[in-house]
Amino acid sequence: MSSVPSPITAARPFPEAARSALADQQLRDNLRRATATIRDKRQRVVDEVPDWEDLRTAGARIKDDVLARLPELLAQFEAAATAAGARVHRAADAAEACRIVTGLVRATGSDEVVKVKSMATQEIGLNEALADAGVAAVETDLAELIVQLADDTPSHILVPAIHYNRSQIRDIFARRMPGVDLSTLTDDPPALAEAARRHLRAKFLSTEVAISGANFAVAETGTLVVVESEGNGRMCLTLPDTLISVVGVEKIVPTFADLGVFLQLLPRSSTGERMNPYTSMWTGVTPGDGPGDVHIVLLDNGRTPMLADPVGRQALRCIRCSACLNVCPVYERVGGHAYGSVYPGPIGAILTPQLTGQAAGANHTLPYASTLCGACYDACPVKINIPEVLVHLRASGPKPPAARAGMRAVARVMRRPRWYRAGLRLLRWAAAPWRLVARGGQVRRLPWPMSAWTAGRDAPLPPRGSFRDWWARR
Amino acid sequence: MSATDAVLDPVALLAGRLADYRATVHRCHPSGLAAAVATALARTHRVAAPADLPAAWLSAWHGDVVHDDAGAPLALAELDAPAVSVVTGCAVAMAETGTIILDAGPRQGRRALTLVPDHHVCVVAADQIAVSVPQALARLADPTRPLTMISGPSATSDIELNRVEGVHGPRRLDVILTDDPAPSR
Repeated sequence: MSSVPSPITAARPFPEAARSALADQQLRDNLRRATATIRDKRQRVVDEVPDWEDLRTAGARIKDDVLARLPELLAQFEAAATAAGARVHRAADAAEACRIVTGLVRATGSDEVVKVKSMATQEIGLNEALADAGVAAVETDLAELIVQLADDTPSHILVPAIHYNRSQIRDIFARRMPGVDLSTLTDDPPALAEAARRHLRAKFLSTEVAISGANFAVAETGTLVVVESEGNGRMCLTLPDTLISVVGVEKIVPTFADLGVFLQLLPRSSTGERMNPYTSMWTGVTPGDGPGDVHIVLLDNGRTPMLADPVGRQALRCIRCSACLNVCPVYERVGGHAYGSVYPGPIGAILTPQLTGQAAGANHTLPYASTLCGACYDACPVKINIPEVLVHLRASGPKPPAARAGMRAVARVMRRPRWYRAGLRLLRWAAAPWRLVARGGQVRRLPWPMSAWTAGRDAPLPPRGSFRDWWARR
Repeated sequence: MSATDAVLDPVALLAGRLADYRATVHRCHPSGLAAAVATALARTHRVAAPADLPAAWLSAWHGDVVHDDAGAPLALAELDAPAVSVVTGCAVAMAETGTIILDAGPRQGRRALTLVPDHHVCVVAADQIAVSVPQALARLADPTRPLTMISGPSATSDIELNRVEGVHGPRRLDVILTDDPAPSR
């Protein structure tokens, strides 16, 4: 394993990272306001669709079909895109994808590229790889630009700068945006959007290479789809000579008609709009209209191994809408950075440890970053049963030897009725002194060795009597 | 508006949904098209148009018109100049979501033409309107053409997740809906 920090490997255990995030009152205020706004917007436009549940089911079925015959559909996509004039590359892992993209950019002779917001390029650490090769990558999505100017990392799938409020964004622009006009720069959102427009305009009109991801890749036609709001995507996808798109293999949909399902599910789930302002679709090269040199890098990076797990693989249905983040009580309080991966929130807690394996860094702590309340499952437009996968990953993940031994002992006792009755009596006796200090029937901290158990949860006091005792007394 | 009303009057549904996303909507009889285009161009100095735009659409407009031709495409700087508006038709419109689809087909031109100018005037005929997303996609002649779906002017939700209009794409979108009052239903 390389020593460079991976964008999808948590360096710190989640409880530890969460504790520092929870101490940041400003962060919690910003997140509460932003997630409450988007939750309301989403609910309004979802309620307007009478067959929303059927759409979710259709989305889940299409993606399951894709996962069941991925190699075949990838071959079909590659053939169609190639026939239309694109050059298709395959990358097994992050390092290979970065090598391919860096090589392609170098071949153009450019030392600057414009980028459309892309989770796949975040996941592989492409900007860092390009910088090492002497290529400056300019993020053009407003939130990505904010994060890049602040020298920070994204904290949300859709709105990477969700942890900043408007006055913090104004300060970042004032300090870091070259040539910004301080006389017109206020913390009014339209003024901030105007500043971003001026800052990037010349780059759009002159830069020769663009890098994007894709929301969907249509196997039948070889078409790529980018869903966006600002028009930075259209600029990058249309004006440069060379376009390189990094696409996770799970982005495939079988037919063009399948987009009819996902283009209803995605905008309503992500930004809470009936339709996002701009969607671009392109198939290879169209002479006289857009880039003449079109490349597609199909990225695996841990996805194919996930297919072997019949429970876990549903995470690959994800269309990166971020609805699960916005409804999650844990995410709302700790924010995205605590997850230590570019994929935060409920989907990140199941996707990150599966992409890397649970042994990577502190990724095995992520499946515990949940109360299992299930709000994410209800919000998911492709019906990923996130709580089910969380529990599955907890069961299959590494656990401290003491916890394992303790659970084995309890299981042995519970198999023998007489031992179990005796065990309960012993427990009630031992718990008696705690009744004096416990609040609401819960103990916050137990003495060693049980302190390991109460480090992350309260321990309930046992009831004063058992049902069997009560029944026997009748 | 309920789903049943939408099927009965997709033009009204489209007009309402476009207005929701801060597009300026003009509804007119086909005979009033040129006047409606001229009204939308009130603040315009120069119009950029695809080479095959019907001359009649601009007959009530008395300013400068430049055509973007495959043989002699307009320079980006020309499209980026202040007070340039682009006038086009569209391939299909989607009423339920307030969306216009361009497919680089007749009266639409290449993608850069409708992207770089700060003002886009788009003419939609009533018979180009489909109600739902799947219906609109099914009406596209060839999905492998470069496609652009436009729902209102450029916007962002990146600051505190509130929608703000006007970032990199055209900041003003005028949609002219031409409706024949005696359609063959």
